[in-house]
Amino acid sequence: MTALNPDYLFVFILAGFVGFQLIKKVSPLLHSPLMSLTNAIAAVVIVGAISVTGEAGATPLAKTLGVVAVFCATVNLVSGFMITDRMLKMFKPRGK
Amino acid sequence: MNALVPFAAIAASTLFILSLMWMSHPSTARRGVRAGELGMLIAIVGALVHHEVVDYNLIVIAMIAGAAVGIPMALLMPMTAIPQRTAISHAFGALAVGLIGAAEYYKHAHAEFAGSFVIWALMFEMALGFLTCTASLIAFAKLQELLGSRPVSFSGQRFLNGAVALAAVTVAILIALDPTRTVLFPVFVGLALVFGILLVVPIGGADMPTVIALLNSYAGLAASAMGFALGNKLLIVAGALDGASGFILAVIMCKAMNRSFANVMFGGFGAVAAGVAGGKDDRVVRSASAEEAAMQLENAGTVVIVPGYGMAVAQAQHKVSELYQALTKKGVEVKFAIHPVAGRMPGHMNVLLAEANVPYEQLVELDDINPDLPQADVAMIIGANDTVNPSARDDPNSAIAGMPIIEADRAKSVFVIKRSMNAGFAGIDNPIYYNSNTQMLFGDAKDMVGAIAKELTGGGSGLH
Repeated sequence: MTALNPDYLFVFILAGFVGFQLIKKVSPLLHSPLMSLTNAIAAVVIVGAISVTGEAGATPLAKTLGVVAVFCATVNLVSGFMITDRMLKMFKPRGK
Repeated sequence: MNALVPFAAIAASTLFILSLMWMSHPSTARRGVRAGELGMLIAIVGALVHHEVVDYNLIVIAMIAGAAVGIPMALLMPMTAIPQRTAISHAFGALAVGLIGAAEYYKHAHAEFAGSFVIWALMFEMALGFLTCTASLIAFAKLQELLGSRPVSFSGQRFLNGAVALAAVTVAILIALDPTRTVLFPVFVGLALVFGILLVVPIGGADMPTVIALLNSYAGLAASAMGFALGNKLLIVAGALDGASGFILAVIMCKAMNRSFANVMFGGFGAVAAGVAGGKDDRVVRSASAEEAAMQLENAGTVVIVPGYGMAVAQAQHKVSELYQALTKKGVEVKFAIHPVAGRMPGHMNVLLAEANVPYEQLVELDDINPDLPQADVAMIIGANDTVNPSARDDPNSAIAGMPIIEADRAKSVFVIKRSMNAGFAGIDNPIYYNSNTQMLFGDAKDMVGAIAKELTGGGSGLH
């Protein structure tokens, strides 16, 4: 593959557009949890880290880099989702 | 099994989008977290069953180690440390992206990939990933106060930054045109890392909400670029969502300070303004005691509390909540005016007050509270300074001219809790302290608010 696959650009633009519309609707109350949630979601790069580490014929260097990446991404996704939930639990309406 | 992998990616993308959709309101937000978790689980299982993955030992060990660090981090992290945690998590995410890029680069370091799209995408992804990594570490160090939060500036700073950026881009182009130049690769990584440091060092603590949001956006875009390089649409979608989110938050923060991105990133704001303050000797400041404040609050119909970063520093949010409860019990209507850049990250004040059990209906945005302030009997400013500075509205020559403020000075009377008369973070003189309807309550925010709350609940004075 030497050229840009236009499908990817298509997906990127649509996802970016959906992202803009959705984020604009997020209540400013929740901007901190939003940031930790999107950070957790971005930890989906673990998918790339898994294939770099585990694929057949991975060099020792690739494995080393991949393992550190899997570790970092796991820290982010585990703590990201948990902290987001911890924050959101605290937002209570009146009378509760 | 492999036929299902693309569908796993579609399911995960859909769940991530739903997750953000449900974040729109506190009543559905926790469902959003569940959706995000489920999406992530599907994505990971999809990656693990992929036919190319043959060795699981290292992956499982790294995941267990990651969870062993991540779970205690999530459970033990105090809410006041949320900005630091966010900064460090951007560093982790960006490092992961950079390292995966590096591993992919070595796989593609052959002549036949010269100038290919994959190499360009990888170089872009790594540049963004590595610079975001060190930039976030510096932001973390500033927020954790390992480094001074004042902006650091020196002569030739812009020239140095420009030179490093140019060098990094040049080396990246050389590698992309001929990937076999592996000797250049560490140079490229080093330059990107150094550029990240240089980028955030000149930025002061008060600008951290914008910087954190921007780094959030970079981390997302880096993930998206990785999706382009690896041909993985799920990464493109997740990265684009994260990138859009960080970008919108950064724009909101910039608007709330009436400043441009360029001004935040290259302005060296606090350092310039610090010299301006002064010449305030002859003006009269009225001060009051906790008892007097309590009496006036008790007799008020509506009270607007304006919290700022000082409330977070003094960890006064629980005492503020006690004050809120005490006044509400006495039939006083209490609202909180939340400026978008109050604190060190977007939404910082909301999280702290929610933690202290203030119902979220009482937390009101800047634009919604300002029309109510002229009718408010008391505005109480707790640890906020620049966000209530009337000179932003009245003095076109002020360093913060045009910044939207919470118009606390329009309330019938104003209390300001402050340690001393020292200028605020931006070093800008604040005329609100000298207004005839303003009374200063000198002291630590936590002690002072606690003392007022105690007065109101009939517990006697805690402060003299």
